[in-house]
Amino acid sequence: METLNFLLQGFAVALTPENLMFAAIGAILGTVIGALPGLGPANGVAILIPLAFSLGLPASSALILLTSVYAGAMYGGRISSILLNIPGDEPAMMTCLDGYPMALKGRAAEALAISAIASFIGSLLATIGLVILAPILAKFALRFGPAEYFALFTLAFATLGGITGKNQVKTVVAACLGLMIATVGVDITTGNQRYTYDILELYEGVDFIIAIVGLFAISELLFFIEMHAGEGFKKVSLNKLNLSMKDIIQVLPTSLRGSVLGFIAGVLPGAGASLGSFLSYTMEKKVVGKSGYFGEGDPRGVAAPEAGNNAAANGALVPMLTLGVPGSGTTAVLLAMLISLNIQPGPMLFTQNAELVWGVIAALFVGNLILLLLNIPMIGIFVKLLSIPPKYLMPVVTLVASVGIFAISNSPLDLYFMIGFGLLGYLLRKLHIPLVPVILGMLLGPEMEKSLRHALTISDGDWSILWSSGLSVGIWAVAITGLVLPYLIGPVLRRRMAAAQDKDHSIVD
Amino acid sequence: MKFPVAKTLLATATLTLAAQASAFEQSRTAECIAPANPGGGWDFTCRSVGKVLTDLGYITGNVQTVNMPGAGGGVAFAHTISKRGDDSALIVAASTATTTRLAQGQFVGMDQEMVRWVGALGADYGVIAVSKDSPFQSLNDMMDALKADPNSVKFGGGSAAGGWDHLKVLIAGRSAGIEKANLPKVKYLAFNGGAEAITQVVGGHLDAFTGDISEAQGFMASGDLKVLAVLSEERLPAPLDNIPTAREQNVDAVAPNWRGFYVPKDVSDEAYQWWVDTVDSVYSSDNWQDVMQKNGLMPFHKTGAEFSTFVKGQVDSIKEISTEIGLIK
Repeated sequence: METLNFLLQGFAVALTPENLMFAAIGAILGTVIGALPGLGPANGVAILIPLAFSLGLPASSALILLTSVYAGAMYGGRISSILLNIPGDEPAMMTCLDGYPMALKGRAAEALAISAIASFIGSLLATIGLVILAPILAKFALRFGPAEYFALFTLAFATLGGITGKNQVKTVVAACLGLMIATVGVDITTGNQRYTYDILELYEGVDFIIAIVGLFAISELLFFIEMHAGEGFKKVSLNKLNLSMKDIIQVLPTSLRGSVLGFIAGVLPGAGASLGSFLSYTMEKKVVGKSGYFGEGDPRGVAAPEAGNNAAANGALVPMLTLGVPGSGTTAVLLAMLISLNIQPGPMLFTQNAELVWGVIAALFVGNLILLLLNIPMIGIFVKLLSIPPKYLMPVVTLVASVGIFAISNSPLDLYFMIGFGLLGYLLRKLHIPLVPVILGMLLGPEMEKSLRHALTISDGDWSILWSSGLSVGIWAVAITGLVLPYLIGPVLRRRMAAAQDKDHSIVD
Repeated sequence: MKFPVAKTLLATATLTLAAQASAFEQSRTAECIAPANPGGGWDFTCRSVGKVLTDLGYITGNVQTVNMPGAGGGVAFAHTISKRGDDSALIVAASTATTTRLAQGQFVGMDQEMVRWVGALGADYGVIAVSKDSPFQSLNDMMDALKADPNSVKFGGGSAAGGWDHLKVLIAGRSAGIEKANLPKVKYLAFNGGAEAITQVVGGHLDAFTGDISEAQGFMASGDLKVLAVLSEERLPAPLDNIPTAREQNVDAVAPNWRGFYVPKDVSDEAYQWWVDTVDSVYSSDNWQDVMQKNGLMPFHKTGAEFSTFVKGQVDSIKEISTEIGLIK
C-alpha cells in the first residue's frame, strides 16, 4: 500500500503540465535519434544532458526528459530495422529478422504497428515489474557471481543456433568471428594488450556500434550498388495500415512472454537489452515451433524482440537505481546524470530520494503512453520513407551513419573500420553466413571470458566452482536442454518440413 | 543566467585582472576533451568545469565537451601532442588513471613531459572495504591475513589489472610489510566499474573492494559495506569523518585520484598562465565548491609548477611500485 502511495505521489510529479511537455519532447526526440543508424539511446541521452543542465531544469524534470528520450530511442531503433533492414542500435538488430521481410511483403505499416504495440506492452510490464519487484530483484541480482554469469552467457551461446538460418555450422562460424573480433584490445584480467599492434585506437577494442553500422548499413549499400542504381533492390510496396484486432490478439501472448524474458535479462547487470531481445526471439521461435514462419515475416518475430528489448531497457533501471550498476551504455549515462544531480544511486536511493524515483517511474508510464499515441498515427509518415527512391535514400542513410560513427570518438580510424565491416558484411551475406551471431559474439564474448577467469581466480583454478550453486546448476540445465533438444527433435521436424519446401530468402541467409 | 550582481562583478574583475596580468586574450569559445565515453569521471570533469567557466564568464562563448575514448586516455593524449600542439583554447581532462598509464608506458612512446600540466580541482580518495559480514574488523586484520597467505583475500575493483585500483592494494600491502615476492600473488579481479565490483563483494562472491570513496558511499550508507580504511592524509570531512585512515592504522598509504587538466606543450607561457590562474579562481569560486560538495569531491588543489612536480612525483612512484611487483620490466 505504501508503494501505491508513493506511486500516486510520483504521478502528481509527472503529470504537471511542464513535466508532461518534457516527456513528450523527450519521446519525440528519442524516437528520431533511435531511428537514425549509428545513434542509439546512449548517444541520445548524452547529447541531451548538456541541454538539461543549461536549461537549469530541476532534478525531476531533467530525469523525466532523459528517461523519455531513453524510452523513445528504444522505440525508434526498430523503424530503420523494419523499413531498411538497418538496425538503429544494437537491441533493434533482432527486429530486422522478421520486420524487414514483412515490409518486403507490403506489410510495413503492420510491422511498425505491431512493434509499437509490443514495445508498449514490454515497457509497461517492465515498469510494473520495476515498481513491484525492484527491491527484491536487487537482492536476487546479488546472488549472481562470476560462475552464474558464465553459465548465463553460455546459455546465450547455446541457444544461438536457434535464431538464424538452417546451417548450424555457418552460425558457429559467424559467432566465432565475433568472438575473435572481441579479443582485440586490452585484456583487463591481466592488463596485457591483445592484437593491438601499438595502435592506440585499438586498445579499448572495436566498438559494437561500428561493427553494426558497417555490417548492416554499409553492406546494404553495397548490395544496392550491385543491383544497379535506380532500379532499387526489392520493390517495397506501400500500404495503408490494415491491422485487425485479430492480428493484435495473435501477437499478445508473444509480447507477454517476450516482456517477461526481456525484463529478467534487463535486471541482470551486464546482460542488457540486446540479450533481452535475442533471448525473446529464440524462445518465441521454439515455443511457436513449426507453425511459425520466422525469418520470413512472421509478426510474432517482430513482437517478441520488441517486447523483449523494451522490457529489458526498463529492467536495466533496476540494477542502476538499486545497486548503482549500469546494465548498459545508456544506463551508464543516466547514472552519471543522477550523480551530477547529487543523487547517489544505490540501496538507499528508494528511501533517500523516494519522491524523485517514483516521479521517474511514473514518468515512464506516462512516456510509454505518449509513445504509443505518437507512434500509431506517425506510421503513415514513416512508411512514406519507403517511397523515396533508394538511390536518394541510401546515400543519406550512409551519410547519417558515418556522421554518427565519427561523432562517437572523432576518429577517422573508426570510419575505415566501418567500411571494412561493410565489406566483410557483404562477403558474409554472399556466403549466406548470418550477421547477427557476429555481433552477439562481440557483445557476449568478453563478458563470458571475464566471468570464467574471475570464477577460476576465486576458486584458485578449481573448475567445480562453475556448478557449485543451485542457481548455476539451473542455468546449465536450461543451456544444455537448449543445445541438445534441436538435435533430438530436429530430424523429426525436418522430415515433416521436407514436404513444405520453404523458399529461399535473401535476408535471413 | 542568474547569479548575484556582486558575484558577476567579482568574476569580471578577476577575469580582467587575470587578462591584464598575463596580457593574454583567451578566445571566445574553448574545447575540453574528455578522453572517454559520456558518463565517466573525465566526462564529468569537462562538463562541470566547462559550466563553471561559462557561468563565471571566463569563457564568454561555449565550452564544448568532446568525448574522445580510446586506450584509457591515450588516444586523446596522442591527439593533443600531434594535432593540437599549440591550441591555447584546449584543455584535456586527466586523473590518476592518466599518470598510472603514463608510468607504466601504456601510451606507447609518450611521457608526461609532452604536455603541460595545468592543475587539479579536487580528488576522490581510495578506500579498501569489505562486506558487513566480513571477519576483518580493521585494515590490520586484513594485512595480517595477507602476510600469512597472500592468496587469502581476493580483491575486486573497477580498473584493469595493474591499474590504479589494483595499485592501491599493493601500495597498502607494501607499507604494511607484506614480502615483496608475495605482492604479485595477491589476487585482484578487474571489473567494468567500481559499482560492479561492489555488488560482487556485497553478494559474498569476493572478499574485498578496492576503489574510490565516491563509489563506496551508497552501500556504506545502507550498511552493506564496511570501509576499513580511507587512503588519505587526514580523515575526510563529515559525514565521512568516522572512517579511519590507513595512516592511523600504521599503514602509510595515501592514494588520491585527483581530477584535473593538461594543455598542449607548445601553447605560449601567457596562455598556460591564463589557464593556471583560471583554474585557481574556479577552484575558489562558490560555484565550484558547490559542485565539489554535491559530487563528493574532496579538497585537493595544486596548479602550475607545483602540480607539474606532483605529477612527475606520482609517475615516478607508480613506476617504482609497478617495477617492483613485475607489472613493468
